[in-house]
Parts: sequence; structure tokens; C-alpha cells
Amino acid sequence: MNEPARTLDPTQKLHFYQKGTFTVGNRLVSEQERAVQASIDRSNALTCGHRACQGCGEALGARYAIDAAMRETNGQLIAVNATGCLEVFTTPYPETSWQTPWLHSLFGNAAAVAAGVAAAMRVKGRRDVRVIAQGGDGGTTDIGFGCLSGMFERNDDVLYICYDNEAYMNTGVQRSSATPPAARTATTPAMGPEPGNVFGTGKSVPKIAVAHGIPYVATATVADLHDLERKVVKAMRIHGARYIHIHVPCPLGWGSASNDTIRLARLAVECGLFPVFEAEHGLVTGSRKIRRQVPVDDYLKPQKRFAHLFGSEQGNKRLAMVQAIADRNIVEYRLLDHDGDV
Amino acid sequence: MEHPFAITLDVGSSLANQTGSWRTSRPVYVDRLPPCNNACPAGENIQSWLYHAESGDYETAWRTLTADNPLPAVMGRVCYHPCETACNRAQIDEAVGINSVERFLGDTAIRHGWRFAPPAAESGKRVLVVGAGPSGLSAAYHLRRMGHAVEIHEAGPFAGGMMRFGIPKYRLPREVLDAEVQRILDLGVVLKLNAKVDRIVERMQAGRFDAAFLAVGAHIGKRAYIPAGSAAKVLDAVALLRSMEGEEKPLLGRRVVVYGGGNTAIDAARTAKRLGATEAIIVYRRTRDRMPAHDFEVEEALAEGIMMKWLSTIKRVDEGALTVEKMQLDDKGFPQPTGEFETLAADSLVLALGQDVDLSLLDGVPGLAIKDGTVQVGPNMMTGYTGIFAGGDMVPSERTVTVAVGHGKKAARHIDAWLRGAVYAPAEKHELASIDKLNAWYYADAPKTVRPMLEVARRQSTFEEVQGGLDETNALYEARRCLSCGNCFECDNCYGICPDNAVIKLGPGKRFAFNYDYCKGCGLCAQECPCGAIAMVAEEI
Repeated sequence: MNEPARTLDPTQKLHFYQKGTFTVGNRLVSEQERAVQASIDRSNALTCGHRACQGCGEALGARYAIDAAMRETNGQLIAVNATGCLEVFTTPYPETSWQTPWLHSLFGNAAAVAAGVAAAMRVKGRRDVRVIAQGGDGGTTDIGFGCLSGMFERNDDVLYICYDNEAYMNTGVQRSSATPPAARTATTPAMGPEPGNVFGTGKSVPKIAVAHGIPYVATATVADLHDLERKVVKAMRIHGARYIHIHVPCPLGWGSASNDTIRLARLAVECGLFPVFEAEHGLVTGSRKIRRQVPVDDYLKPQKRFAHLFGSEQGNKRLAMVQAIADRNIVEYRLLDHDGDV
Repeated sequence: MEHPFAITLDVGSSLANQTGSWRTSRPVYVDRLPPCNNACPAGENIQSWLYHAESGDYETAWRTLTADNPLPAVMGRVCYHPCETACNRAQIDEAVGINSVERFLGDTAIRHGWRFAPPAAESGKRVLVVGAGPSGLSAAYHLRRMGHAVEIHEAGPFAGGMMRFGIPKYRLPREVLDAEVQRILDLGVVLKLNAKVDRIVERMQAGRFDAAFLAVGAHIGKRAYIPAGSAAKVLDAVALLRSMEGEEKPLLGRRVVVYGGGNTAIDAARTAKRLGATEAIIVYRRTRDRMPAHDFEVEEALAEGIMMKWLSTIKRVDEGALTVEKMQLDDKGFPQPTGEFETLAADSLVLALGQDVDLSLLDGVPGLAIKDGTVQVGPNMMTGYTGIFAGGDMVPSERTVTVAVGHGKKAARHIDAWLRGAVYAPAEKHELASIDKLNAWYYADAPKTVRPMLEVARRQSTFEEVQGGLDETNALYEARRCLSCGNCFECDNCYGICPDNAVIKLGPGKRFAFNYDYCKGCGLCAQECPCGAIAMVAEEI
């Protein structure tokens, strides 16, 4: 019954389950083929009662990633957390939302602590216990960057996950090195001739991770659960240093509606500003193709942090500069090249 | 309790923190009305039967379908599918081929010999149905399933009404019609053929009927006064189509002109072509875009070589030729004569100018209101005479098989309530699940499956069925194109994308529930629900 019809052409075969192709679950396919998040007994690694804002992308991304890792490791998982929203909203003393062993030390040393936990497990002979380090973009791309690079170059057996919401949100929305150009933050106000974050600043940590030549690097978003889970599972089946960078919209810091979190994550991919790709041992191996291309305006407009770009001649020029970044990503990561796309 | 250094409290869980108190609006699961269901004249729950069909459970799908309409194999061939016109998927790629899946289910049921469940209990009431057309059969079926004893009195020699005497075989093979009629009779419905009703009140008294449903079709072709020479051959389309069911096939000659612009005109011209006419020409006084005929039927007719003569009226008929006057449309779109005449060669003229109902059975019944050749009925389908209901072509409405079937169902429900001394109150309609309520991102691109068509050469010379059906594989594909507008199809999206784990999955077939202790009211579930089955409602604060 689940065999694709012989009378259909190849494109029809590809999308035979019309309804379940992009949704979390699908009643028409077997349990094993559905997402971890569709399961009635998923671990809910990050459980109810946490204090994240309404519509928090990071809370969602963290549960997606850790639930998938827990299923893959049969629950034998230790998570180390950098300081940041995720740490603050899940563990106000003495409560915790985590359903897995979880450590927090400092803002900048999550990668180093995780490397230590992994070493300790090796010494104890617990090869079944796996280690994940996680943090926000501040703790990863700025403060913890030295420790992260060290973890990479030593090829420590840790999966590091960065939840990128593009600024220091829990301290009041200050700029980080992951803040995109033109974004208004508390430290890059929408004032003066060039409002918002300065063009030409910041860095791409996924690219830097690729440059370390580690076994696995990937980017993902909360808008494509299947892709995210697949990447976490793939990472957990590899030993050595691995890095996944997940784009997680922040209603508070971005000035967006709480029900727009997933839509914005989707639009970031569809406009080309957030390329979703994978790399192994220093080489990019594939990218997620754009399905319905949109101009960057569609992605930027629902966010108050970009409001200053709209409605002026000057704003239009700067919008064109943002579009140019997206266009460059589309070429670099072959985001519209559907040949050989699966 | 002893605590380690610098620790003063026990480890607690965040479950103690009921974040539901943050909420200013709450999500609620709703069932909205799918546009297909809203558009269906027979009141079918299309979204629901497609839901069963897409998991391959064709029998449940068929049973869900036939709860509203006992003639799916007929419907899948002759319905003009307003459901597909309304389908939200048309705004994404193409409408779901609802009609072709319906036909597949109907044909599958005939192949497997599926039968209707008998009534749970007998009511002891007797209902007379006049006419074994779509409306009468539908009413008989529903009334019988409600436990009433039903007798159909049919004037003609076969059951089916306009489905047999008005719709050509190449659109509705008779074995399909016979199979679906027989299944209704198998429920215990009594069918009396060649039993024309002349006096309805007397017939009811003689048979001790508690109520009657009148469903007489429009079998009388309207005539227009056209001066005709003595040897001119003029007949009406209804008579032509009816005579196709008899032994003697009508003789039309080589050049046939059909006068009119409705679906019957098209049927008549296509029938003439199949009977061997070398030329079949439709003469219509207005233009193609103003034709009442459905465009796809005009298209099929043109493909078979039927010719069309627009903006023309017929002024005179003689042996072998017609006189035609050219028309032109005025500002209001009405055709006006131009005074220009031409001659058109024709061996016979078929008039397809509309149809009337023979209302003579109502003569002398007090309290009836008859207007423009139709019986006036109340919202409960009852005529001015207590206990006599009417539907189908007899009452003012669109004259299609599907509308007739819908009338039969509606009347049956009112008759049932009336027999029990109650009033049938239809359930309140849900809010329409319009496309803006959907999140179309989640549906993969999937173009419509096209049904095979018989080659034109065979269509011009035989009465074989023109349109083929889907096989199981592509019927399943087609069913799965349904978006399930407004009704949860258990895709797990709300369960998966809630940042607060505040959606409880209840298991297969049981849908989901919200855990309002923790739901913060962010609205992501409502926004990301593909089919629009979640609404956000403001909390009272």
C-alpha cells in the first residue's frame, strides 16, 4: 500500500505523501520513519515550566536537538551548557527543566568543560556515554570562541551545538559577532547615517569550524525539523569534534510576533540569508535548496530590529546590500541548484 | 535534610512553574467547514471520506460517503463537481480530483459487492416516493435507513429517471446505474414500475401512506413556435435521449441541428454524432461564454467534431433546410435580431430549449402553490399540503443529479422528524476553512492526476464511456492531495513545534489536547497548523 504508484511520473513519486512531506509527523508512514518529535514517548529533554519567552526559538531548537541525541544514545547523554538564555531560563535555582545530566560552569568555557567530561568518561571506560556542549551565539562566537577552537583542533569527542539568535538576548539584546548587518540592538541603535549593526563586521563560525577540518559541521533551523534531527543523529554516529549551528529566531530581541518564530526561520532560509549546509573533514558536502524563493524584505519586514530599513531611500540602498549578501550565499552554497537534489 | 556546601534547597523541577498564567490568548482545536463540503449540493462530508481513502481504507471511505449519498459511482461520472471548483488546493496547484476518487470508491464498492447496513429498527411508518430518479432514490434510501417502509411508484419502465432517460450512455453506463439502484432496493425499498401517479392524495390513502415525497423529473421538452413546412423533421431533445433507451433508435438523417445552449443540447448533439450524423451543429442565440452548458462538456463536444453556431435564432424549418437569423448582443447582453438571414442545410432539428415537469398528479390537491411550473415548498421541503413533500426538478432550484440527491436527503430528514412529531434542526455550520486559515507551506507540490479519455475516433462512433476511471494507485495519490482543510489530520505539527511541550498527543485517531497549565499562548501551533484546525481565543483577564 505504501509503494509509490507505478503510473506516476518521478516527481509525483518523490512527493507521494503529500501531507506528511514537511509536517512533523505523518500517520501514513511507519513510526520509525516519523520525526522524534512526533513520538508520543519522546524524552522532552527540555520539559514544561521553563521560563523562556512566548514563542522562543531556542527552547524549541534545544528540545529538538537533545531529544534526537537522547534517542540516538539511548539516553546516555551529558549536556554542558554555556551561560546564556538557555541556561538561565531552564535552571533558575533550584529548579531544572532538563531531563538529562546537565552542567553549567562559566560563560566562555562550555567547550573546554565538555572536552573534560568526555575525557573523564573515556577514563572511566564509559564509551556509551556521549557528550554535548551547547550555548548561544554569544557564548560560542565571542566569549567561548577560544575554548571552542581548542576543542576543534584537539578533535575532542564532543558535539557542540550553537543556538544562534543573533545577539545577547537575556542580558538585554546586545550585539554579538553573529548579529547580522543593519540589525538594531541595544549596542547598535537605529540612529545616525548608518543605523543598526555595521556592514562588514561579524564572522561565520560554521565556516571557521569547517576550516578546522573536523569530522562534521552542519547548519540547521527550527523551521526544518526533519533536516535538524537527521543532522543531530548523523553527528551522534560520528566520534571526534562536531559542530551544529542552529538558527533560532528570538521574538524579544528581533521584535517579532511570538507566533512568527518558525515562519521567520523558514524565510531566513528561503531568502538565502541563512544557508543550511553540511561539511565533512573540511569540505562542504551539500546544502538544503530554496523551495520558494523570497526577497530578503519578506524576512526582514516582520522584525522590528530592521524597521529602519523600510520607507526611506537610504533604507532601500541598505536593503539592496542585505539582498546582495543573500545572493552571494545562494551562489556560494548553490542554494538554487536543484540538480541532484534529493 | 543534609545539603552539600553552599546548597540550601532541594533540587526541584520546572514543572512547579505553571507558565500557563502568562497567557493572554489560548489555542483551541476547532473543526472548520471545508470548502468542498460547503459546496456539495448533496451535503457530502468529502474531507472525511478522503481522509479514510488516503490511508487505503476504501470501505470506510465508501461508508462515510454513502451516509450522505447512495450513488457514488453515478456521482463520480455525472456530477459537475462544484466541490472541485471550491477546493482550496486550486489556489496552490490544482483542485483535488474529488470526483475521480468518488468514482473509484463507487466502482470499488460495486466490484466488491459492498452493501448498506439495514435499518436498526422499523418505525412502522409508510412513505410513498413518487419517481425513481436521483431525488426519489435518495429520499427512499435515507428514509429506509431511518427504519420507515418505503414504496417508490415510478411512471416509467425502469428506475433511474433522468439518469437513465436524460444522460447518454457514454457518460453513464447503465450497468453502473443498475448496480447502485439495486443496492438501494436491497435495503427493502419496494419499487413499482409503470405505476404513474394521477391523484396523489387518493394514492396515499389507498396505500395507507403516512407521508409522500414527490420527485417527478422534468421530462417534457419545452417547445418554441417555429413555422415549419409539412415535411420538416422536428423533435425535442428529451424525447431523443429517452428514445435511445428503447429498441428503435431515432432516425435523424445526416445533418442534424440542435437548438439551445444547455447541457441537454450538448448531449443531444453528441448523441446525434454517435448515431451517424456527419454534421451535428448546435445553434445558440448568444455566445459561448453565456452558454448554460458546462465548459468542459462544450470542450469535449468540440473535440468530437460538433460544430457551434453562435448568435443565431431559427426562424423557419423546411425539408432539408433551416432559416437562421443572425443576432447581436445589446448593452445588457441580450440577443437582438439583426434582420440578416441565412439558410442552413439540415435533415432534422432537435429542440433543447429547457424542460418542464408534468404536475398533473397534483390536480385538485388543496393548499398547493405552483409557480413557473414548479411546486413551492417550505424550508422543510413540505408543500402546502400537510404530509406531502417535494424535491428535485419539481421544486425551484438548479436541475442537476447532485442537487436532486441533496433534496432527497434533506426531505428524508424532515419527513422522518415530521413522522415522529418533531422538527428537524440541522447542525449549525462551522466557520469556513478558507485558504487564509491554512499554512500551505506544509503541502508538497503534487499536480492533479488526469483521468484517461477515450480516443476521439471511438467517441464519434460508439456509445462507450468517454471518461475512464483511476486505478487504485493513482486514486490513492489523488486522495492524498487533499489538504484536509479545517479538520485535524494528525500531522503532529502542533505537538512537535510547541516550545513549551504544552500539547498532549492522545494517540492515533484521538487527536491532541492542550495542557493549559503550561501553554504560554505564543500562537505557534495555530500559525503552523497546515489545515487551520486551531484557533486562538482571547483569555478573559
